Amino acid sequence: MKRDLISTATGLLALTLLLGILFPLAITGVSQIAFPGNANGQQIVRGGQLVGSKIIGQSFQQPVVRNGKVQLDKNGNPVTVPDTRYFQTRPSGTVPADNAAGSSFANYGPNSVVTEQALAANVKSYLALERPYDPRLTVAVLPVDAIDTSASGIDPDISPANATIQAHRIAAVRHLSLARVHTLINAATHGRGLDFSGESGVNVLELNLALDRLSGGR
Amino acid sequence: MTVAGWITIIFFLVALTALALALGRYMAAVYTSGHTWLDPVMRGPERLLYKVMRVDPTRGQDWKAYARSVIIFSLGGWLLLYFILRTQTLWSFTGLNPAGFHSGTWAVSFNTVSSFVTNTNWQYYGGETTMSYFSQMAGLTVQNFVSAAVGMVVAVAVIRGIVGRSGKSLGNFYSDLVRTVLWILLPGSILIALLLVSQGVLANLSGYLTAHGITGLTQHIGMGPVASQEAIKELGTNGGGFYNVNSAHPFENPDGFTNLLEMLSVLVIPAGLVFTYGRMAQSRRQGYAIYATMMVMFLGAVIVAYIAEAHGSPAQHAAGLHTGVINGSTGGNLEGKEQRFGIAGSALFDVITTVTSCGAVNSAIESFTGIGGAVAFANLSASEVIFGGVGTGLYSILLYVLLAVFIGGLMVGRTPEYLGKKIEAREIKLVVLGLLITPLAALFATALATASRAGRASISTVATGPQQFSETFYAYLSQANNNGSALAGYTGYIQPNAGNLGAHGVVFADVTGGLVMLFARFAPILFALAVAGSLAGKRVSPRGLGTMRTDNPTFVILLIGIIILVGALTFFPALLLGPLVQGLTGHLY
Repeated sequence: MKRDLISTATGLLALTLLLGILFPLAITGVSQIAFPGNANGQQIVRGGQLVGSKIIGQSFQQPVVRNGKVQLDKNGNPVTVPDTRYFQTRPSGTVPADNAAGSSFANYGPNSVVTEQALAANVKSYLALERPYDPRLTVAVLPVDAIDTSASGIDPDISPANATIQAHRIAAVRHLSLARVHTLINAATHGRGLDFSGESGVNVLELNLALDRLSGGR
Repeated sequence: MTVAGWITIIFFLVALTALALALGRYMAAVYTSGHTWLDPVMRGPERLLYKVMRVDPTRGQDWKAYARSVIIFSLGGWLLLYFILRTQTLWSFTGLNPAGFHSGTWAVSFNTVSSFVTNTNWQYYGGETTMSYFSQMAGLTVQNFVSAAVGMVVAVAVIRGIVGRSGKSLGNFYSDLVRTVLWILLPGSILIALLLVSQGVLANLSGYLTAHGITGLTQHIGMGPVASQEAIKELGTNGGGFYNVNSAHPFENPDGFTNLLEMLSVLVIPAGLVFTYGRMAQSRRQGYAIYATMMVMFLGAVIVAYIAEAHGSPAQHAAGLHTGVINGSTGGNLEGKEQRFGIAGSALFDVITTVTSCGAVNSAIESFTGIGGAVAFANLSASEVIFGGVGTGLYSILLYVLLAVFIGGLMVGRTPEYLGKKIEAREIKLVVLGLLITPLAALFATALATASRAGRASISTVATGPQQFSETFYAYLSQANNNGSALAGYTGYIQPNAGNLGAHGVVFADVTGGLVMLFARFAPILFALAVAGSLAGKRVSPRGLGTMRTDNPTFVILLIGIIILVGALTFFPALLLGPLVQGLTGHLY
């Protein structure tokens, strides 16, 4: 018994030092030297200002301003509408949307009326945004990633199908040819891991930054 | 479904088996004091730790002494972690609390500590909104290592009891623990952590970032020493994410390749230990038979889950969505899933972490279809013997093996023997007790939570109809099995803002869950060690003509039948009320 108490107490302290302090610090230290970009979250800086992380999805909506004041919702977060000049990310379950300091699932059940209503609302707003630029668009041809909430709430990707639909709007609003927009989409598209694991996706932040570069900063 | 999806599954099975064979052989050398290539590096630290801990590795322990060491060491770990979490602000001087988080409430801390000490990693707290880097490193990461090591050494002790021919000793707990950490978990975690960073997982100690988006919105971005915790989270089948959404977060799991890597890391030790067992029993076929049993059940679960998720959910269809694979869309039920993993990468991950006691998630299990969700329930209902947690899976399935041998013996009318040792009434009583505790704890707690107002307070506001029962049942089933995955709407912590100030725990859910985890972890360990102690001293009789073989397909089928029978008889009524009702109808509630 006494022997156990001594071994436990000293063992826990020694292992905390080894596994809880030395191990994480060593991994962090080596990573900072060997992979500084990755280890710090692949930060993207534009004009001296941090725009975001390459692999974290963000909202490309804009705050609603009325009488010179940004409108706030009941949680104190800005009320937003999609910025038509940019590709939009997937629906997010976090508060506010795309919150990368408080990730959470939406937890919509498979057989729930609540889910059906939320999806129907997403369909409605997606069609309201995209249909003016592509009148043939109906709910039946929408890719699921455009409507279903992501897991993390900060999914950086959309499917190529989703990007192809949004391309009509981007081309019209920015006065670009559809082919030009498609070239940009292809440049921002990554394939599957090892060519088979997971799905290909279009990185929305990269794509939107490329669009801005094309039109000279803004 | 896609061709790439099926290729992912097949590739995974082949890669896993190859890695597990190699690791199984290596671990057998570690636990039988054979020679390994890490000896020159690790002998020094090993001796130093023995000296500090005043451990004599040659001093064997019988089952009671071994069990006492397990309990005392775990209790000590519990107290230390509770202290660290309750004094979170005290450690801000280290600079490892950049967001300035206070401690959570006692109730949520009780739950979290019990959760990490039992290798469950059930999380009522949100990582990036409640935990300082110091707590994650010095507190949670340490328990990720040692709780995994405790599971593994108990499995090894049970093996020694079953195959041992030299009296009552099951080995030395502290020596086994130190060797497990130094030879297996630490080198494995270093390798995996660095691989993960090379693909985009974080490893820094910076404060949270504030980004100014191009449309004028600000975004706060959580940072942290993620990779080190991520590696052991998978390798030790712990499953507690650095961030709230676990492996769905791009900083924990950036792409399809890391997803594959993390899935392999989860299963490689539980699968490898099966081959270690075959080697230690000096009959590799015994290991192959158990591996086949696990693999058949695992594969069945993967196929059902993939098909169900690729089909899509009733809510999607009611909203008019087309869920087939069309022009570059994943199709299927992508609700609560990430684009980069797709349907196959999410379904496979889900099955892997629910058959093992890992419980990490890369998608929202609550949003899985009824049948896809039922697979997760079924995996938990099999008491974590399909690979299972590191160590726990092996000693649990060995109890099932003894039960199968006993039932087989009854059928042919001979005294049951396993590896030449007679299985008698005492062992079977202990086996049955060991196997029934987990289901008992799960069902009892579920009933209590469903029937009480305090229990229902945890049910999420978006859950309707059978989903409400599913959430509750899954919560206690997962905690009892020390799994830790969740239908995450079920809550035990109400947190208005990041940082714990003004937050309060749901005391019923926190305390009941914590007690269930502790009870269902340590009681089966005691019974498993008791069985091992009882078998350790037995004489080995030579194999005769009438001896029932335990290394052929017939036995594999018998074993699968018994595992399914026990699980189904125990859990079927409850499963019907929740996921199956949803899965078998297109009805919306």
